[in-house]
Amino acid sequence: MEFRLSDKSLLPALIALLLVGSCVSLGVGAIAIGWREVLVGLMDWSWPGLLDSDVPQQHALVLGEIRLPRLLLGLIVGGTLGLCGAVMQGLFRNPLADPGIIGVSAGAGVGAAFVLVFASGTAAATLAGGLFQQVHWLLLPAAASLGGAFTTWLVYRLGDRGKSVVMMLLAGVAINALAGAAIGLLNYVADDRALRDITLWQMGSLGGATWSAVAMAAAVLLVVAIPLWRRAAALNALLLGESEARHLGVDVVRLKRLMILFTALAMGAAVSVAGMIGFIGLVVPHTIRLLRGPDHRFLLPYSVLAGGLLLVVADTAARTLVSPAEMPVGILTALMGAPFFIYLLWQQRRQIF
Amino acid sequence: MLIQIADLAIHYPRAAEPLLADINLVFHSGEVTALLGPNGSGKTSLLRAVSGEQPHSGQITLFGRAQADWYRSQSDQRQLARRYGLLPQHSNLSFAFTCREVVQLGLAPGSLSRLEQGERIEQFMQRADVWHLRDRLFPSLSGGEKQRVHLARVLAQLSLANPGEERVLLLDEPTSALDLKHQHHVLALAREMAGENTAVVAVLHDLNLAARYADRMVMLARGRVQADGHPTELLQPELVERVYGYRGQLVDMEGYRALL
Repeated sequence: MEFRLSDKSLLPALIALLLVGSCVSLGVGAIAIGWREVLVGLMDWSWPGLLDSDVPQQHALVLGEIRLPRLLLGLIVGGTLGLCGAVMQGLFRNPLADPGIIGVSAGAGVGAAFVLVFASGTAAATLAGGLFQQVHWLLLPAAASLGGAFTTWLVYRLGDRGKSVVMMLLAGVAINALAGAAIGLLNYVADDRALRDITLWQMGSLGGATWSAVAMAAAVLLVVAIPLWRRAAALNALLLGESEARHLGVDVVRLKRLMILFTALAMGAAVSVAGMIGFIGLVVPHTIRLLRGPDHRFLLPYSVLAGGLLLVVADTAARTLVSPAEMPVGILTALMGAPFFIYLLWQQRRQIF
Repeated sequence: MLIQIADLAIHYPRAAEPLLADINLVFHSGEVTALLGPNGSGKTSLLRAVSGEQPHSGQITLFGRAQADWYRSQSDQRQLARRYGLLPQHSNLSFAFTCREVVQLGLAPGSLSRLEQGERIEQFMQRADVWHLRDRLFPSLSGGEKQRVHLARVLAQLSLANPGEERVLLLDEPTSALDLKHQHHVLALAREMAGENTAVVAVLHDLNLAARYADRMVMLARGRVQADGHPTELLQPELVERVYGYRGQLVDMEGYRALL
């Protein structure tokens, strides 16, 4: 017999946790702000003069310009990672697939680092001047997406189209190594600013949150999540195998192409604004499957919500544990996710070989 | 004439001899056809060619249209899925769907309401004798139980065909993982399906099972069709020796012939 939560209990629980987590995340930090002050301060920031508030101007500014975009970016990037994890596990038909483990994040990271080093410091960029400034915010996620799409495709082919878990994981090892070397090489030619950015990226951080980053990541998440969710039934059928899905009326080639491109696009956007944050795509869908089952109609939206929740909690911890300094959140998610991965491997140790 | 195979050949690259050549077969509604032959004779490859997964030369026509035509548009492909099902020999599923959910996947090409889906799921899980497994997790089942749940899924899928529409059911070694009772149960089910406007094509290993349940046996060996006909004509020691290289002994018990 199988234990499963119903939507009636899981959805309200997740939303309540998201609200509480968000309030805590807005309140804690270098300046502690009480929850009442958080609400009033945000109202004051978004509509100055509406309330006769007693919240210090500085607090309102910290809330509106720093913490709120960071919170939203955490929700969106976490949601993107959860979604991409769920979709990749569907594509590879294996719960061990994760954008970080199989090297998709690293591929996206190389794409982004490449743009950062060669595009921002070079003479061409200086010559292009204003034009470059205008396309810069697009170029970065585009390059990251390209890197992500290429690695997904490569791992998928190497892993015998999802039939071989061992090949998939080994391909991930190889690509992570190659990407590490490529980023290492780029470090040598990077100027100081680019070097700092790359280092931050590799560890993953929401510290660079801006409203434009939030808008871009949110737009990409929407564009990617809705078409994938609409194909939830086809994704379910694909779990049975390609041949079975084809017999159930699914255009498998098109569906897989869509899955690869969309996860790469979403990972590119996430990596370009927050760096390489690992394991959320592994932990979150796995937990949702345990609680609600593997049906993509529920798995996808719940993974978005729970991914956002998990990243916000991790980021809040990263900001407060070593306060006043700040830890890259990628270290925390790896600290939590890597043992989880080992546990999953342990569970499956007899099935893999 | 639901499936027509004309001049089909399968030739693996780097192989000296083609696996199959000059295959001309027609499968009709209302008939259970057993594909038989020794290991490596190309039974499964032939089935896979018919189901569209095996590259081949020659023509395969499904329901009067060229096979590839059906896959040109998404709506045609869905249309086809409602009357054309395949029970694979092995099907791994590493995600913890319940058996009921697995059967529900078969209803994906249709547009039934939740209520109707529930009824169909129960109906076909009962028919495949897996209703008692409905809430069990699929990966925890034995091989034979998995096979039967998949059968319920494919039967549910074919129930989506419009009333009176002819259907095709392909079975790839449906009995290989099953116990004695369920071997007979599944083939009896295949017979029932044939009686409901369906052409059933099954790859089988057991000659006697095939002879008992099939209307027609097609024996493959050395890349060709060696024999094609009614089981009583084909259950001959000389023929079986030519196909399998093993001469059995025919016993006749109360009108029921078996090769031992």
